[in-house]
Amino acid sequence: MIDEMLADPRTRIVVCCGSGGVGKTTTSAALALRAAERGRRVVVLTIDPARRLAQALGLDELSNEPAPVEGVPLDAMMLDMRRTFDEMVYAHSTPERAAKIIDNPFYKTISSSFSGTQEYMAMEKLGQLCARGEWDLIVVDTPPSRSALDFLDAPQRMSRFLDGRMIRLLSSPARAGGKGLRKLVGAGFGLFAKGVSTIIGGQLLTDASAFVSAFDTMFGGFRERATRTYELLRSPGTAFLVVATPEPDALREAAYFVDRLAGEGMPLAGLVLNRTHPVLAPLSAAKARSAAENAGSSRLAAAVLRLHADRVDLAEREDRLLARFSGAHPSVPVVRVSAVAGDISDLDGLRAVGERLADPDPPAPVGTVRSLRGPLS
Amino acid sequence: MRGVCGEWPPLRDRQGATYAELVTSDPWAARLHVVSGKGGTGKTTVAAALALALASGGRRTLLVEVEGRQGIAQVFDTAPLPYEERRIAVAPGGGEVRALAVDAEAALLEYFEMFYKLGVAGRTLKRMGAVEFATTLAPGLRDVLLTGKVKECVSRTENGRPVYDAVVLDAPPTGRLVTFLDVTKAMAELARTGPIHSQAEGVVALLHSPRTAVHLVTLLEDLPVTETLDAIRELEAAHLPVGSVIVNRVREQWLPDRSVASAASGRVDAGRVRSGLLAAGLDLPPEVLDGLVAETVEHAVRVAAETAAGERLAAEWHGPRLELPQLLDGVDLGGLYELAEMITHDR
Repeated sequence: MIDEMLADPRTRIVVCCGSGGVGKTTTSAALALRAAERGRRVVVLTIDPARRLAQALGLDELSNEPAPVEGVPLDAMMLDMRRTFDEMVYAHSTPERAAKIIDNPFYKTISSSFSGTQEYMAMEKLGQLCARGEWDLIVVDTPPSRSALDFLDAPQRMSRFLDGRMIRLLSSPARAGGKGLRKLVGAGFGLFAKGVSTIIGGQLLTDASAFVSAFDTMFGGFRERATRTYELLRSPGTAFLVVATPEPDALREAAYFVDRLAGEGMPLAGLVLNRTHPVLAPLSAAKARSAAENAGSSRLAAAVLRLHADRVDLAEREDRLLARFSGAHPSVPVVRVSAVAGDISDLDGLRAVGERLADPDPPAPVGTVRSLRGPLS
Repeated sequence: MRGVCGEWPPLRDRQGATYAELVTSDPWAARLHVVSGKGGTGKTTVAAALALALASGGRRTLLVEVEGRQGIAQVFDTAPLPYEERRIAVAPGGGEVRALAVDAEAALLEYFEMFYKLGVAGRTLKRMGAVEFATTLAPGLRDVLLTGKVKECVSRTENGRPVYDAVVLDAPPTGRLVTFLDVTKAMAELARTGPIHSQAEGVVALLHSPRTAVHLVTLLEDLPVTETLDAIRELEAAHLPVGSVIVNRVREQWLPDRSVASAASGRVDAGRVRSGLLAAGLDLPPEVLDGLVAETVEHAVRVAAETAAGERLAAEWHGPRLELPQLLDGVDLGGLYELAEMITHDR
């Protein structure tokens, strides 16, 4: 399934999403490398790669621009959200106005610590890369959000925040908002606005208000871009891969995301289940444990039997968790990727992950035990 | 049992206390337990087990979450929690765990109710997104509101004694932990007077005192250990008391120590395995034997990596370290009690 997807010229964007710590970045990089080495012109947009993976991709410095990865026909970049935001401000306003926005203390807050900025900027960067037309496949990693859904929700939240209505209401509730609204909320809003300025201080509100009025003229372009990127994600050239590990939390998050994608009409390619532990020898846990009791004189044989029994238990648990997911989402293809020991520190490591992604049921390292694995989905 | 929490260690001036004085010799005696860790290390599960363990023997604890993930409800397999303290589990020996999902917007509205009497307007404002907007305007405000609510729970009393013997906070992951806890910094963004400001001062006093212990959950893997050590340094620099490191999902090591290194590099004496298995009454075909050997190599690689990660942790962290096993059946409610039992026993 993976190789067909990567090889299909109609696939233009692959988005890897899922909760934090499930291996999204590694999966994105491995997919990009595999596609590139099979002849496509690929760029991978990573968000926050682990140090060694970044080094493997030659991403030691933040440039916010794709650069070729040494030794392979692949371009890679790491998102710098602050710089992406700056670029966007410059692109949408006159230099003087842009400078005014960027100098505003409030802009510093929103461009660096607003939760959701990273998601928004990831989408913006994706739109930019796509518009350049230099690549025929863009692989995107998504931010390590609190929830995988943030990736889809953040741009809208941010738009709502930046459209200025609230700031105007808060800074001069008497004039803004219109009669209807005042009537609706009554005196409560005035009190609320007063309370907010008591709490966060008048200066911040003044800064915010100046920021929003400077931002006002470019807001239309801004929202339009967000809408375009959103449409891009819904187009048939996009494939979403939901990444998870065989842990209840990660699979629950994956299930939410799958439902949400369906609701938004976004094209889901499948679930990548990372770090599984398939059983490599057909011997039941009970039999192995009881034999281990009798292997007294051979510590090695006893150890081999006990670690095998644990592995059988672990694999059964993983199967149960996956079965629960697949029971609720029977039509979602699943690719299981068995655990790689240690961190990925070079391109060969990424290639090995790519192999496992493409052939999720590879022959065991030694011997043939294919028949042992459970069904794939 | 309640005596423990009746006597709070004396408050100290933040500047006046050395870091060593901040950290109690027994982190488990703290009133507020902040549990954090890299994403995916199981911090919510550990926080839940800790709340159960601290409630054992007739005590009462409160388990709090602040990220709107409804992680507690998932761990205890119950319906989503409202913004309200309610009993979620009974601890071994008759204790009780209550749970609360704190929501910054609800906490802000609570303030306004208290100080400005908003009435129904509050709900309308919330629906309009005004409350979310206000908490977004100053990111620090959100953290001040969340920690403020936690502090209120810690210091709430009833008939002169604390309502909770201990409060366990399922905190944001290590990457955002110090920003979240360093309320002093957040306060700099906010107005210098007013009700929230004075509450924030109380939060600072609590967090920078031996009444608080920050526990970091990790796995014996490279990245989680690195993040844990980074977090310890950051916490120490911010004068926040690190309580313990909790190593989660420790798996059994079956191979004898001396065999690990060679097995990890792929050298397993298949002949010896085979004769040992035969002696144990198992005559297995070669391909099954090969499978067992391959599993053994993978096991050894993992054990070697875990040992290295454990040593790296031990070289830099000399404080309390608690290990929790990986439960192969997964952590259901029964597993949670099992973990709680182990915490009670080992701490």
